[in-house]
Amino acid sequence: MNCKGVIREISDYLDGELELPVRQELEHHLEDCGDCKMVVDQTKLTVDVFCDEEPVELPADVKSRLHDALRRRLVEKGN
Amino acid sequence: MLPPFGMPKTLNAPNPHRLPSTVARDDEHLLVAAAKRGDVHAFEELVSRYEAKIFRLTMNITRNREDAEDAMQDAFLKSYAHLKDFQQDSRFYTWLVRIAANEALMRLRKRRPNQFSLDEPVEGDEDLLPRELEDWGPSPEQRFAQTEMHEILSEAIDKLDPDFRVIFTLRDIEELSTEETAKVLGISIPAVKSRLLRARLKLRQKLDRYFRRGETN
Repeated sequence: MNCKGVIREISDYLDGELELPVRQELEHHLEDCGDCKMVVDQTKLTVDVFCDEEPVELPADVKSRLHDALRRRLVEKGN
Repeated sequence: MLPPFGMPKTLNAPNPHRLPSTVARDDEHLLVAAAKRGDVHAFEELVSRYEAKIFRLTMNITRNREDAEDAMQDAFLKSYAHLKDFQQDSRFYTWLVRIAANEALMRLRKRRPNQFSLDEPVEGDEDLLPRELEDWGPSPEQRFAQTEMHEILSEAIDKLDPDFRVIFTLRDIEELSTEETAKVLGISIPAVKSRLLRARLKLRQKLDRYFRRGETN
């Protein structure tokens, strides 16, 4: 597998969805190619930082409007 | 009289850890079952638990605060209206994400009818090979304060093309499966995969200027 092949397979590799022979081929390439190893590591970190980020609290005005709308609906449905 | 919406209840206060599809708080199914029986407090608890995540989702898709708020509100209202139809063989949160994503996509398509299409084929492989690589150092996450990191990630995702942004949001932030993402968007699994690959590589490239070793925050 060459560098282009690694880049093409990065997503499936990170998701653990590569067939064993392809994964082994890719990992063999990574042993000798520092650039591809760096791209794989950085792409994994990219996914991780987005995945790990906590959502910020709902802005007070947005929260208030949401809860008002829901409360109106709950009251309507209760009647 | 019902208590004000969002007031603390006897159920556990929301403290949602990162909530991917695979990580459910143990009591979610109990809350859903109670809400289906008409317990409004249980539904309130579900809303309080997921509102910040759903707003982040609709913001990530629409990148417009007004649309994001409307989409979130309609998603919760629709989920309440159709709660009786929800089959508890999947997670409530995943079901809610699907509803919210559809609400947000509808608004995105309306606002940008010519800029958002999942029907177009993605470009070839030529632009995928990264150039001018540089080490990011041991842990970029520790070099930036939480608010600063939030701004960096928000700016990066904001600059992503809408079709890549939507797929990255559903797959990597909300952790829907490839199949679930394809179903929500009405596209094929290979189409999801090819866009996800490009989204991840493009985001890596956008973060590179912040995360390079030697760059200071």
